[in-house]
Amino acid sequence: MLELATVSLLNGVVYGLLLFMLTSGLTLIFSMMGVLNFAHASFYMLGAYLAFQLSSHLGFWPALFLAPLLVGVLGGLTERWGLRTVHKYGHVAELLFTFGLFYLLEEVVHLVWGRAPVDYRIPASLDFSAFAIFSTSYPAYRVFMMAVSVGMLLALYLVLTRTRIGMIIQASLSHPDMVEALGHNVPRVFMLVFGGGCALAGLAGVIGGNAFVTEPGMAAAVGSIVFVVVVFGGMGSLTGAFVASLFFGAVQTFSVALDYSLLDLAGMLGVDVGAEGWRRLLSITVAQTAPVLPYLLMVLMLIVRPTGLMGTRET
Amino acid sequence: MGDQLLRRLLLWGATVGVMIALPLVFRQGFALSMLSQMGIAIIFALSYNMLLGQTGMLSFGHAVYYGLGAFVCAHALNAVADGRFALPVTLVPLVGGLTGLAFGILFGYVTTKRSGTPFAMISLGIAEMVAACALMFPGFFGGEGGIATNRVVGEPWHGLTYGPQVQVYYLIAGYCLVCMIAMFALTQTPLGRMANAVRDNPERVRFVGYDPTVVRYLVFCLAAFFAGIAGGLGAVNYEIVTAENVGLVASGNVLVMTFVGGVGHFFGPVLGAVLVSFMQSALSSYTQAWLLYFGLFFVVMVLFAPGGIASLIVVHGPLLRHGLWARLAPGYLAAGAALAVLLAGLIGLVEMIYQFERGAEPGTAFRVFGLAADVGRPGPWIAAGAAVLVGLALLRPAIVLARRNWASVHAELQRVGA
Repeated sequence: MLELATVSLLNGVVYGLLLFMLTSGLTLIFSMMGVLNFAHASFYMLGAYLAFQLSSHLGFWPALFLAPLLVGVLGGLTERWGLRTVHKYGHVAELLFTFGLFYLLEEVVHLVWGRAPVDYRIPASLDFSAFAIFSTSYPAYRVFMMAVSVGMLLALYLVLTRTRIGMIIQASLSHPDMVEALGHNVPRVFMLVFGGGCALAGLAGVIGGNAFVTEPGMAAAVGSIVFVVVVFGGMGSLTGAFVASLFFGAVQTFSVALDYSLLDLAGMLGVDVGAEGWRRLLSITVAQTAPVLPYLLMVLMLIVRPTGLMGTRET
Repeated sequence: MGDQLLRRLLLWGATVGVMIALPLVFRQGFALSMLSQMGIAIIFALSYNMLLGQTGMLSFGHAVYYGLGAFVCAHALNAVADGRFALPVTLVPLVGGLTGLAFGILFGYVTTKRSGTPFAMISLGIAEMVAACALMFPGFFGGEGGIATNRVVGEPWHGLTYGPQVQVYYLIAGYCLVCMIAMFALTQTPLGRMANAVRDNPERVRFVGYDPTVVRYLVFCLAAFFAGIAGGLGAVNYEIVTAENVGLVASGNVLVMTFVGGVGHFFGPVLGAVLVSFMQSALSSYTQAWLLYFGLFFVVMVLFAPGGIASLIVVHGPLLRHGLWARLAPGYLAAGAALAVLLAGLIGLVEMIYQFERGAEPGTAFRVFGLAADVGRPGPWIAAGAAVLVGLALLRPAIVLARRNWASVHAELQRVGA
């Protein structure tokens, strides 16, 4: 039990940090521009595929730097030539554009890399066991993932608090109109933030693609969880996104591991459930509810606290 | 006013005539099933436009109400077959509508508390939740295989067994007509007008003394009702309902249909539903890449024609009436030619990449536009690439020309006073 808890906790933290790499960019983009980037997870997917392609020619380490860079440039171009064109039609048009982009990128991946998962593997230099917890050996690549995520977290923190552009971004989070009034080139800041956010998503794809599976469905699988995290954490709050990412990382890993149901609980307490229908409903295990849990939590959060965990405003 | 009423009556009369006449013209089974599909899509898209076009709510989960309506109808049909329940098949879609309404009342209460982007996200969350539930409760949703059913159940009513597809078509057409009229009438009621006001300026609605949340909630429930009817018709038509029907892809599909048709006009979604259903059936049999073309088409529409096809038609209406269309011709012809070259190159490239991915043997040719192309040789690639570049280079001046034509015609129209 303790072994399961420790391993799940470690995996939860790794997954949560990976989620934060996606949600940090999404929150920044959303809070600044009001654009909910539907295609954000598609850039994550693109990162994984580009890393697969690059690492087969250049090796993993150059790919680790080049793939996020390429994804970031693509993101910047998307903002400049796509989003900025539809900006004048309002937020719904922007959302529709990113929705179309999500659709399109998935089809492009189908076209270029096919429908089956690609063989994107953990590099041999990192494919060993780092340490053992009781009888479970913990892979070194997970430790590497954690290191990259923490490094990214530190870098993001330093950029946001110690540099001039970081100050402007922070100011735009809470007072976008004021920043514009002060004469900053807000469209260019938008392009930078959009590109940067996409690059972070790409980096998550590079290190997540080989730990999980690199396939065309990965964007859709991660995409909605990322939205849940952003809504749960609260608009305009990076801290909220961070806490929510770790929370959902833990929820996802723990709920999958728990093979207990309410029926077991009732049995333990000595309660007789009675009718067959109830018995069947209560016999659903926690592991079975795992896919629904995040969305349920999000809806509950929105009912109880519409601004989210640490959000300051509703939109 | 009398003139307008007459025109409306004529339009609806023509719609009825077309609906009755279509199966007499297109007798093949394939055409009939496509027409049935279109009828269902029209109801679904119009109900979606109650949210997006009329009340300004962008929902990513409208298929939830379609799908749940369809599931309950499939179970109702099975119950009728077992003799546990008596209901004529003609009325089964109404069960779907009531199911949609019930879930609309339940989920809508949570969703419509917010508007704009948060609304979109919550609708997405609920859609994901229902889709995930579909795998959790195999008893109701039938797991991977879905729920199969049989529409030829119960006593035939005036000889209607719904065995032949043509009877199902007329059932769908009948429901489609009634729903279209009902949804159009709704736009004329005070609720419909307030919905437009909530879309345009919720703050002022509050000043006038209405609660935007209540208006959104009411419209949402009604839209869910019509979506449920569409779902019920789907269950009767296809005789199978799977978890995909409540999924995100289905929700995205209705969004695309409605938007491509045009959200600003009542008849827009009808056009979109007909066009997209046709494209889905026709294109998918020609090419593997049809989803890619379809996505590209959607993105181009979002970027350059956010009013959809309906607004393009409406904008050109006065020009036709004043006989000015000839002056637009040079620009449109030039732009059309440039676009054709660009598209030909693009389609050629995409098809060749697919062919290449499939690992075509060098030396074997496949056919694009009736031309044999050998993907193992550089020639076709260079030709397609050149077509893309030439098309792009020509498009710019062509668009400038079209804009200039448009501006002069527009000035002329204003002079005439149209």
